[in-house]
Amino acid sequence: MSKRLASLVDWIDARFPLTSNWKAHLTEYYAPKNFNFWYYFGSLAMLVLVNQLLTGIFLTMNYKPDASMAFASVEYIMRDVDFGWLIRYMHSTGASMFFVVVYLHMFRGMMYGSYRKPRELLWLIGMGIFFMLMMLAFTGYILPWGQMSYWGAQVIVSMIGAIPVIGETLSNWLLGDFMLSDAALNRFFAYHVVTLPVLLVTLVVVHILALHEVGSSNPDGIEIKKYKDPVTHIPVDGIPFHPYYTVKDIFGVIVFLIVFCAIIFFAPEMGGYFLEYNNFVPANTLQTPDHIAPVWYFTPYYSMLRAVTINFLWIDAKLWGIVLMGGSVAIFALLPWLDRSPVKSIRYKGPIFKFALTLFVISVFVLGYLGTKSPTPLFTTLAQIFTVIYFAFFILMPWYSKIDKTKPEPTRVKE
Amino acid sequence: MRKITTILAILCLAPLVAFASESTVKLDQAPIRSGDKLSLQRGAQTFVNYCLSCHSAEYMRYNRLRDLGLSENQISDNLIFTGQKVGELMTVAMKTKEAKQWFGVAPPDLSVIARSRGADWLYTYLRKFYRDDSTATGWNNLVFDKAAMPHVLYQLQGEQSLVTNTVDDGHGGTHEVKELKLDKPGTLSKTEYEAYVADLVNFLVYLGEPAATKRVQIGIIVMLFLFGMLALTYALKHEYWKDIH
Repeated sequence: MSKRLASLVDWIDARFPLTSNWKAHLTEYYAPKNFNFWYYFGSLAMLVLVNQLLTGIFLTMNYKPDASMAFASVEYIMRDVDFGWLIRYMHSTGASMFFVVVYLHMFRGMMYGSYRKPRELLWLIGMGIFFMLMMLAFTGYILPWGQMSYWGAQVIVSMIGAIPVIGETLSNWLLGDFMLSDAALNRFFAYHVVTLPVLLVTLVVVHILALHEVGSSNPDGIEIKKYKDPVTHIPVDGIPFHPYYTVKDIFGVIVFLIVFCAIIFFAPEMGGYFLEYNNFVPANTLQTPDHIAPVWYFTPYYSMLRAVTINFLWIDAKLWGIVLMGGSVAIFALLPWLDRSPVKSIRYKGPIFKFALTLFVISVFVLGYLGTKSPTPLFTTLAQIFTVIYFAFFILMPWYSKIDKTKPEPTRVKE
Repeated sequence: MRKITTILAILCLAPLVAFASESTVKLDQAPIRSGDKLSLQRGAQTFVNYCLSCHSAEYMRYNRLRDLGLSENQISDNLIFTGQKVGELMTVAMKTKEAKQWFGVAPPDLSVIARSRGADWLYTYLRKFYRDDSTATGWNNLVFDKAAMPHVLYQLQGEQSLVTNTVDDGHGGTHEVKELKLDKPGTLSKTEYEAYVADLVNFLVYLGEPAATKRVQIGIIVMLFLFGMLALTYALKHEYWKDIH
């Protein structure tokens, strides 16, 4: 049997680079041996992506992208489709968990300087993935056609319309109508199930190709490729991804699934954070809800959008809010060039960076919390303060990362 | 490093604690017993008798009520008054246009009302109707001011009226406390009516997500499986990584 299998592999190898790719990406891809907890989230993001693609296929089989039928078709899935509730909760929980793992994955990069040379392009591709993910979340959230779907989308659509000169035309082109309607729902469905997933999957493949070209970073922020075995030319601190990291990641997957399934089976609404209560009310185009809040993963940016209350330089406050919100996401892309520290990892960075990063994380959480609340004068002031802190983390980085007192990096990775 | 992890953990939990209901009236906690089939059956009876004449539950099929331990015949004989078949959706004959004329707004569909309003809101709302001559129906509600819905269950609960007391708040100021007083008792006592509404709300919660009970049952099995896998995969990882450390 194994002989016949070997000859089959040989047959394929003569026609397709099977064994060479298997080796290049798994058995002979050498990853640093000192990955810690924070290095699970890349593979977990892949797992969630597969979950979203598979459950998404089954949802499209019963979902109807029609403004008069969409809400009912979701309830049909929840009630009449065999295990439809499970598929739907896997998809809705998966959406939120996608952001959880991607945010932790990005935070890992910020802690250990994963974006630094030679991984700048890898980081930029990752930013592209993050952007696609946000678009997917936004278009997907519209599909159930509940009150929050409709009015949340209304806020975003009005933002597109506020872009100077081209805004109006762009908005009409994207929506296929002058307002959010059945035509727009159909289009968002098309973006959500075809355009964006194709782009996302492509970018993920490119991300992994780029990663395997430059090699994985590690918590010490040093390059394992600097110390290779003189005979085999294998990095001495590297271990084959398969089987070592595959078995480790399988363990990580189980831990993740425990959290994931606990939410799906015991708290699928997650206290109104994953599935908002107001979205169980069918969209009513004539009745604006008292309180519009995006899903939790967008609330920090939403806070920044609302934080701008004054017109500045003859430009409307609303437009500044949009610029700020776009900037708050886009600015991550500049990190490789903002960080001027001689070391990559937080382990060897000085107190200023640790302080700045802590402050940044706090500001993200505070802004995220404020984004779920109706604005009050106090909350708006707080949002303004923390928006400044958020941006200061990035804008001041070239300066503070340079003067910070760093520790010397080790030459070899620590156990 | 460890500090950052701790701060992250604290911040993750903080918003959950602060996320409170923004309703102005304090809601009473609904006694939800999702496993109590008799309570659910009583609630279903009340639902079809009192609610389903104006409100639909149009995402729900009658025969799904087998979840409550009823047979299809029992459902057809006792719970369907519209001549519909047991496999049909729980729709309502009243037309939206007419409903708007009669009540000002069309009565909302109740399929997922427990998911949007919450059980506590429904439990409080259904007990806080009072007589108010200034409204079109002659009824008002403490939880939902100027609600278009009249008090359908008033024969059971009786008629309440609003009493506004001015209370000293202890800081030199005063504030108003609104209370309801039972003027005309109904056919049920206060405790009986509370239990009656509790059964109805119990049913509405079931109606919001009929698969919920099954979901939790499957969830327990899934968790047991995953914890078994946790031990196995940990052992596997440990075995492989022996030669690294």
